[in-house]
Amino acid sequence: MNFLRIMTQKKSLIPKLNLRQRTLIAMIVSAIILLSVIFAGILLGDERIATNLENRNLAPSLDHPFGTDWLGRDMFTRTMKGLTLSIAVGLIAAAASSLIAVVLGILAATAGKIIDSIISWLVDLFLSVPHLVTLILIAFALGGGMKGVIIGLALTHWPSLCRVIRAEVMQLRSTEYVQISRKLGKKRWWIVTKHMIPHLIPQFFVGLILLFPHAILHEAAITFVGMGLSPHHPAIGIILSESMRYLSTGMWWLAFFPGLCLLIVVRSFDIIGENLRMLIDPHRAHE
Amino acid sequence: MKNMIKFILKKTIRMVSLLIALCIISFLLISYSPIDPIQAYVGADMMRVGPEQRDKIAEYWGLDQSPLEQFVQWGSRVLQGDLGTSMIYRRPVADIISEKFLNSIILMSLAWLLSGIIGFIIGSIAAMKKDTWIDRTIKWYCYTLASTPTFWIGLLFLMIFAAWLDWFPIGLGVPAGVIAEDVTIGDRIKHLILPTLTLSMIGIANIALHTRQKLIDILSSDYVLFAKARGEKGFVLFWRHGLRNVALPAITLQFAAFSELFGGAVIAETVFSYPGLGQATVEAGLRGDVPLLLGIVIFSAIFVFIGNLVADLIYRLVDPRIREGKFL
Repeated sequence: MNFLRIMTQKKSLIPKLNLRQRTLIAMIVSAIILLSVIFAGILLGDERIATNLENRNLAPSLDHPFGTDWLGRDMFTRTMKGLTLSIAVGLIAAAASSLIAVVLGILAATAGKIIDSIISWLVDLFLSVPHLVTLILIAFALGGGMKGVIIGLALTHWPSLCRVIRAEVMQLRSTEYVQISRKLGKKRWWIVTKHMIPHLIPQFFVGLILLFPHAILHEAAITFVGMGLSPHHPAIGIILSESMRYLSTGMWWLAFFPGLCLLIVVRSFDIIGENLRMLIDPHRAHE
Repeated sequence: MKNMIKFILKKTIRMVSLLIALCIISFLLISYSPIDPIQAYVGADMMRVGPEQRDKIAEYWGLDQSPLEQFVQWGSRVLQGDLGTSMIYRRPVADIISEKFLNSIILMSLAWLLSGIIGFIIGSIAAMKKDTWIDRTIKWYCYTLASTPTFWIGLLFLMIFAAWLDWFPIGLGVPAGVIAEDVTIGDRIKHLILPTLTLSMIGIANIALHTRQKLIDILSSDYVLFAKARGEKGFVLFWRHGLRNVALPAITLQFAAFSELFGGAVIAETVFSYPGLGQATVEAGLRGDVPLLLGIVIFSAIFVFIGNLVADLIYRLVDPRIREGKFL
């Protein structure tokens, strides 16, 4: 509830009503796109992705908006199911990742110099190897599959948000009201829950939503190279890597539509995150 | 100068500590992997391998020892510069990495230059024309590019330029079925163009948006206001007051993006079956080639470290404000 209250307070700081309306509309449209993808993925039945050799290799039509593949499976249904799966994987991974980021960020800023330097060393450690290589390594260590992808994503995406949270807490600690609170003899825990958490929650949510695009793209990439979700899942990475074998036969719809949909989903998350940040972050409210 | 040496020394010590930790963690991760290295090594012939042969293979690769013993052996050899023998190529890992990296470095450096130049130019244009339709288009284009999956761009390029227009070959570093001596430079270039374009797409958005933001900051400064009051505008204004201020952050950012470049190369090389280090990473992961995978992890960490170090050094060498200041 705190989160909502802060949001409504900050909104009134934005001078132009127009811009706010535009921002809100962009967010609502993006949210509708995402929700409809998720509902489509859940509601569309499995019978449309069953093997149906009579309808093989059909070009896009009204009945099959994205065409069908070499087994006669409807590409639209496969794409929607794949995207839903990607969003779910991204959600779990991003949530876990941002939780790590918040815990370590707060620890780094409050628990003394030694812990701070250990955590900054950890951040450096995770940034020292390219994400994709780390993901391959972790997926290999866990034997591939969904578990490997989620754990890999969760372990690789926290450092940047961790730095943001750390800086934010550092700044909060030196604010006057926190200093006064401390002088008044309030307990550390009291200050953290009453003064710091309310400020951090919006940062956390924006960070979480902005982690999504990275998580989903990395999930698709690692699945695409063959180290991620198993081929039984209707994942976008699987669809695209399968479509590579049929590129030279001119079946362009196999790769074109699923990739485009992935782009739209990632972009929607990005728009929601950026606009939310504009709404709740006073530093950026004037842009 | 003394500061500089101290700085490099400090960075290197940190890097060494990170590398040691990285070796330990990677080795631990891999030793707990459920993927059986012997099965990965033998492959489909597993049914025909008896328990005795299995033991022999395990003994040959030192897989019958405990993880700790394996690590000590592997670690002491790495310290002597020996990364072990690749299981799929059956040659020393160091040889494989240097050979594959030579292929990759052409691809990476071309893509790196291309993305830097294009990103810098469109970022500067967007900032100079702030709030016009050009700016909005460039911004929209960059944000969209940033959320586009790289491998999808690669697939689109393949569909359009290779399958449909038939301008470029579908994949591989050299034409198939041609002896190595007969491969001309022209062939190689032809095989390089699409992967390079794909890989360069990754960096453009980042560098363009950053350049745009920096240049906007500079353009709102007092000395630019004064220059405008004297009647400078357009390209002359950018050339005299913007370029040098904004080029430095852009170059630094480009060096700091080595990590993404390497990750992108993994994907681009997979799409185009380009025989580089990225493809070797995927192969090592898929086929359980532990020595090669470990070697690549270490190599990629050094690669990223060099990029970051160069970025830091450029900043300190070129920018007097940081050189004089008490950064570190």
